[in-house]
Amino acid sequence: MSETTIGGIANRMPKFIRRADPAVVTAFACIVLLLFVGSLYSRSFLSPEYLLQQLKVASFLGVIATGMMLVILLGQIDLSVPWSVAVGAMMACAAAAYGPVGVALAIPFGIFCGVLIGIVNGIGVAYLRIPSMIITLATNAVAQGLMVVYTGGFSPQDSATAAMRYLATGFAIPAVPNAVIIWVLIGAATVFVLSRTGFGRTVYGIGNRERAAYLSGIDTRRVVMIAFAVSGGLSAFGGVLLAGYASKAAQSMGDAYLLPSIAAVVLGGTSILGGRGSYLGTVAGVILITLLQSILSVMQMPEAGRQIIYGVVIVAMLLLYGRAPASR
Amino acid sequence: MKDWRYWLAEQRGTLLAFGIFIVMFAIYTSNHPAGFTANVVQTASNKGVLLAFVAMAQTLVVITAGIDLSVGMIFTLTNCLASWLVIGSGVETAFGVAAVLGTGLLCGAINGAIVIYGRLQPIVATIATGAVYFGIALLLRPFPGGSVNEGLADALTGRLFGVVPASLVALLAVVLVVWVPFSRSVLGRAAYAAGSSEMAAYMSGVPIRRGKFTAYALAGLLAAIGGLFLTFFTYTGDAAYASGNAYTLFSIAAVVLGGVSLFGGKGSAIGAIFGALAFRTIGDLLFVFDFDPLWQPLFQGVILLIAVSLGAFGLFRVRNRLEWFL
Repeated sequence: MSETTIGGIANRMPKFIRRADPAVVTAFACIVLLLFVGSLYSRSFLSPEYLLQQLKVASFLGVIATGMMLVILLGQIDLSVPWSVAVGAMMACAAAAYGPVGVALAIPFGIFCGVLIGIVNGIGVAYLRIPSMIITLATNAVAQGLMVVYTGGFSPQDSATAAMRYLATGFAIPAVPNAVIIWVLIGAATVFVLSRTGFGRTVYGIGNRERAAYLSGIDTRRVVMIAFAVSGGLSAFGGVLLAGYASKAAQSMGDAYLLPSIAAVVLGGTSILGGRGSYLGTVAGVILITLLQSILSVMQMPEAGRQIIYGVVIVAMLLLYGRAPASR
Repeated sequence: MKDWRYWLAEQRGTLLAFGIFIVMFAIYTSNHPAGFTANVVQTASNKGVLLAFVAMAQTLVVITAGIDLSVGMIFTLTNCLASWLVIGSGVETAFGVAAVLGTGLLCGAINGAIVIYGRLQPIVATIATGAVYFGIALLLRPFPGGSVNEGLADALTGRLFGVVPASLVALLAVVLVVWVPFSRSVLGRAAYAAGSSEMAAYMSGVPIRRGKFTAYALAGLLAAIGGLFLTFFTYTGDAAYASGNAYTLFSIAAVVLGGVSLFGGKGSAIGAIFGALAFRTIGDLLFVFDFDPLWQPLFQGVILLIAVSLGAFGLFRVRNRLEWFL
């Protein structure tokens, strides 16, 4: 019923607005709303320093959500994010304890461990046809078990290398945090891969209908496995950056990133069923989630309230535009 | 084929889970320093029953081809609630138990409403509602504490006639009161049909929505019964994020071990119960063999990984490669 009216209004709008995904527009509108609400609470909310600080915090989530988005575009999900993040951070810090060679290889080694987790996920999903939700929960449990054995149940004592700290907190360009630059680079690469390469088109194709993609002569299983490996690697890289930010790794550091990363991707208009979604939406989702978290902490909301608001906001926004078509 | 063969084919998963459990439990008790005594059985059943309730809850949802990643959080929430309400005189305690179970039912109903009538994906929707339930649990119990009617708690965690663990009897009662009527009712059939093929069920005029909704709501109720028993065992309420998450994870492992298909439409809560008991026993095997407890999370994770990989054997029976892609 409302489709015709929306169409009528949209026809009168400039082309770039007409082409925009309503979900992405909604997400950006919510960001503006949150900025407005935040500025009512505190004057400094709209200051450039504060906003850059928010962008820096957002970039950790942004790196992790990029991997999650790839997997969700396939119509799968990666629930091994919490311990992929922790494994990346812990292994990078652990490598740093092995002399100068270890320090030099700390970051690649952390990412490599995340890629390994992702490959196990990918083999399970692509070749063994295990539902991704299940196999990634299982690898998450195994990764947790490995880290508990490795650390003895305590947070490891090794600290982050100077390079990790520089990546997370330094300034290569004045006033622009390195973490933000990294997110921009990863984001640009993702946009390029998704829209300009065969791999990217295949990801969308598999998300729409894997059977059709397979019949078109694509080795869909290899693509799925690579996507999971990339997701694991990006989660671990997010962990490396977080370890650099906090200058050490911690046991449950990844727990706070599972729900936000899924929420950021889905709130950005990427269909949880796969095959549809844009990176711009994910960027909007990440900023939206970070601002929401920031406002809740400015309001000095306790953890319990944060969890509740979080869950309610996600369900509410999904009900607004994330619904599956009615079965007919 | 004869009737019993059909029955055997249908119950294969359940029987396999039962077999695994018996073997594991035999290994466990024969290596336990105290041996096969009423005490050992009581402790083991008290631990196993908690997971069995949560696994039953997960089964109901998995049968409809959904998943409930909030069962562990409903379990935690009802544990915290019970540590406030299930106390005092007989009437007060009864009221408290009813309130706790009602809360679980409500949580499950909310999940069901969001998934079925809101048409959201069960994974994302239940992760989000799980966050809400955990938040409420944290409001109720920012720090571990509280108390419970100890008379009732001891009665339900002790032994009947000195030999039978009371918790096992309670589990049996719940199966008879909740699972058996549900699985034999029209709504239960509808839940199975929806999981097996939603389109076909819809075309046949099966009440799939009501069936799925009932499954989600009852899952909340069963998780609440689990939370209630946790309070009876520990005498306290504790909003522990890690423990809630672990129960969600283990419930999936138990369901898989119990022969319930994650694609829906196949399996039974009885299988999941034996899956849960087997999973717990496997975890406890480490203790009787004197391993460092630090290895337990890894060991359980590996078992989970193996259990879910076993489902891949179906691939060898696939004749047409297109059947890989559901």
